[in-house]
Amino acid sequence: MTAAIADHVGSIGGLLTLAQEHGDAGFPLAHPVEGMGWAGWILWLPIISMVLCGLCAALRIKNKLPAWITVALVGAAFVLTLGLYASYEEPVTIELFRWFEMQWGEGGAATAFTAHFSLYVDKLALLWMLFVTGLSALIALYASEYMEADLKAGYARFFAGVSVFVFAMSCLVMADNLLMLYLGWEGVGFASYWLIGYYYHKPSAVEAAKKAFIVNRIGDLGLALGLYLTWHYFGTVEYVNAEGTGIFNQLQAGVDAEGAAGGWMIKSIPFLFMLGAFGKSAQIPLYVWLPDAMEGPTPVSALIHAATMVTAGVYLLARMFPLLEALHPLALPAVAWIGGLTALLAATIGMAQYDIKRIMAYSTVSQLGYMFLGIGVATTYGGAYHVFTHSYFKAVLFLTCGAIMHGFAGQLDLRKVSGLRHMPGWRIVSWTMLYASLCLVGFPFIANGFYSKDMIMAQAFISTGPGFTALGVIAVITALLTAYYAFRVWFRVCAGPRYYEMGDEHHGDEHDDHPGHDKPHAPRWAINLTLLIITAGALLSIWLFYRGWGEEMVADSTAAGGVPHPHHVDGGFWADPHAWMPWVAGAVTIIGMAIAWYFHLANRRAADRLRAALLGNPATRWLPTAMENKWYVDEFYHAFLRFPLWVVAHSLNFFDRYLVDLVVIDGLGRIPRWVGRWFQPLQNGVLQSHAATMAALAGLVAIFGLYAPELRRFLEMLFGGGGG
Amino acid sequence: MMTTLAQLESMTSLTLAHYLIVSAALFIIGLVGFLTRRNMIVMFLCTELMFQAAAIAMIAFGRFHFDISGQVFVIFILTVAAAEAALALALVVFLYHLRDTLDAERWSELKE
Repeated sequence: MTAAIADHVGSIGGLLTLAQEHGDAGFPLAHPVEGMGWAGWILWLPIISMVLCGLCAALRIKNKLPAWITVALVGAAFVLTLGLYASYEEPVTIELFRWFEMQWGEGGAATAFTAHFSLYVDKLALLWMLFVTGLSALIALYASEYMEADLKAGYARFFAGVSVFVFAMSCLVMADNLLMLYLGWEGVGFASYWLIGYYYHKPSAVEAAKKAFIVNRIGDLGLALGLYLTWHYFGTVEYVNAEGTGIFNQLQAGVDAEGAAGGWMIKSIPFLFMLGAFGKSAQIPLYVWLPDAMEGPTPVSALIHAATMVTAGVYLLARMFPLLEALHPLALPAVAWIGGLTALLAATIGMAQYDIKRIMAYSTVSQLGYMFLGIGVATTYGGAYHVFTHSYFKAVLFLTCGAIMHGFAGQLDLRKVSGLRHMPGWRIVSWTMLYASLCLVGFPFIANGFYSKDMIMAQAFISTGPGFTALGVIAVITALLTAYYAFRVWFRVCAGPRYYEMGDEHHGDEHDDHPGHDKPHAPRWAINLTLLIITAGALLSIWLFYRGWGEEMVADSTAAGGVPHPHHVDGGFWADPHAWMPWVAGAVTIIGMAIAWYFHLANRRAADRLRAALLGNPATRWLPTAMENKWYVDEFYHAFLRFPLWVVAHSLNFFDRYLVDLVVIDGLGRIPRWVGRWFQPLQNGVLQSHAATMAALAGLVAIFGLYAPELRRFLEMLFGGGGG
Repeated sequence: MMTTLAQLESMTSLTLAHYLIVSAALFIIGLVGFLTRRNMIVMFLCTELMFQAAAIAMIAFGRFHFDISGQVFVIFILTVAAAEAALALALVVFLYHLRDTLDAERWSELKE
């Protein structure tokens, strides 16, 4: 296929590719450099951290050493990332070591497989790496305090898991080929399983870990098949290579998906990658694992299931943007529609939940939907920048939820804690949560989410595609719902009259300085410091936006095709969505917040009355019921996927156990026993009868020997052996 | 017409068949004795009978084929039989001491 595409490109000039249609064929490509091997330490430091944490576990170290090791080494990886960013000039690949080099046959299509352990450093990768390593170090600092109840058992295990995650995520983001990306992809999935199931004595945590892993397997199957087909049709899995036959080299030269020898198989590559991305990034139909993943410790929810790992799918599609554009005209619209619908669905579920961590989980699913919508409507800039801003505010939101859960013995019900901001020691938590909520809903001007979300929503009205305008409307409605559910949490938990009810979770005996579990204990310095630093990071990202930093980051990468040119549409205020969207989105946001304020702060009884009224009326009863029950999606999957599979599995089990094992295997095993049973009477222990048996058998042998020829002739006559 | 010496000899003197009949008779006596008697010493003597039956057959065949190894074999058998007789009788004495009887039926623990 390499040759096929190359021939095609060579012989037919001016192939029709989407990139050329857009008048924007170019994206910068990396070239290999020497002497940058130190960048590899961004990957090796977390691995060292994992080994040291493992040693701590083996040596039964019961203090906070594993936490400090992780904070220090992941922090050092962040500093190295900053160094890599500071010394960055143009996209480069850095070879760390040679990995796979296979060659068979004598050249031609798909007869070689090369994948080196190399880093592909462009600004898209750096954008991701900056928040991945930075937030990981900060959240490890937070976890040093949050996890202290487990100092006696599991503390080192937790931080080893975080270190594995940082390694795998760095591997995924900085990979210079799809195989290394796949290694990181599975690695983060494994780390996620490890950490969701951290409380392995809790059945719900084990269930959630299994669910996350299995649902992700479905997505991973898509990615693996996509990887294989990419290798099959492009002849390589490397992004770029020295011979100029890397995936992006070929895409830059132009791939003719219609004319090339691929047919439907090559066209399915974008959709297979999408399946992988939707699994990892929790989109319809594979989003169901993410809300359950909240069974893990809260720092894990903040780091892996909100800020970093779940954006891997967005990264994959942003990275492969030229491929999506070139191989199928419906690939990007499909991404946009899935993203938009997920955003809406998750927001409606989030509105009706009472568990604040679960609300945040659905909000993550919803915001990830926005990111995919951004990529789908061809603004990878909006998508990637929303990933960046979202990572900060969603980390803060989860970490504040975690602080509340930690302080109130596992209390997560928003009806049972109120007026947090009036309680001593909870000021930083309340105000950082307020700012993060403002960012989430996209409050005008002061919140970073305002800028990134507007970019996506406005682009939905600009780009032409099937139903993109409807998607823009859906996105604006979702923004209204987002404003409502985010401030429902804040007004309920942080504002209003002071009261609380403790949860039923026991923290262990470490809290001698907090007598009993009947009183909440406010977070101490590690949690507060982390919250403040990440909030400062969210503020910084606004400044970066005004500097045009995000755009510059995406423009200098393979996702450059998704940076819209020009920014503004001529023809007055209403003709330019970028001009009116801030006003519309801002207004919608404030309306949503006002509704939340009325129902959840000013007049909380009204919310209960409204719910009761909706439930009381048979015509509307389905709405709150369905929303509170998450639209019965889990039940649907259970009835139409899990149950049939269960039936198949049990029938096969029955078949194996009773037909194969019992009849065939055991049946054959019984034959010698039955035969033995016939001769058993001979074994009666009487010497003479043994002797008689022996004599009779000897006699038989003698007769056979004597009359062998006669016997043979007789048998031949009997069975008509043909006298042979 | 005078019969030749060989013909005369074949009619009057002993042929291979005679020896084999004696051997078979000895063997069957030994076998029947072994199967019917309960006394361990008698049973042992019966095995000796069967042994000697085999020896007679061996010598007869050796003579018939003019092959000396038949007799050599029998000398070996006699030596082995002597050693085996000492061993077997010692065993019988030992068994007698254990059960105070020579009845072989008392030794039937080996059934399943």
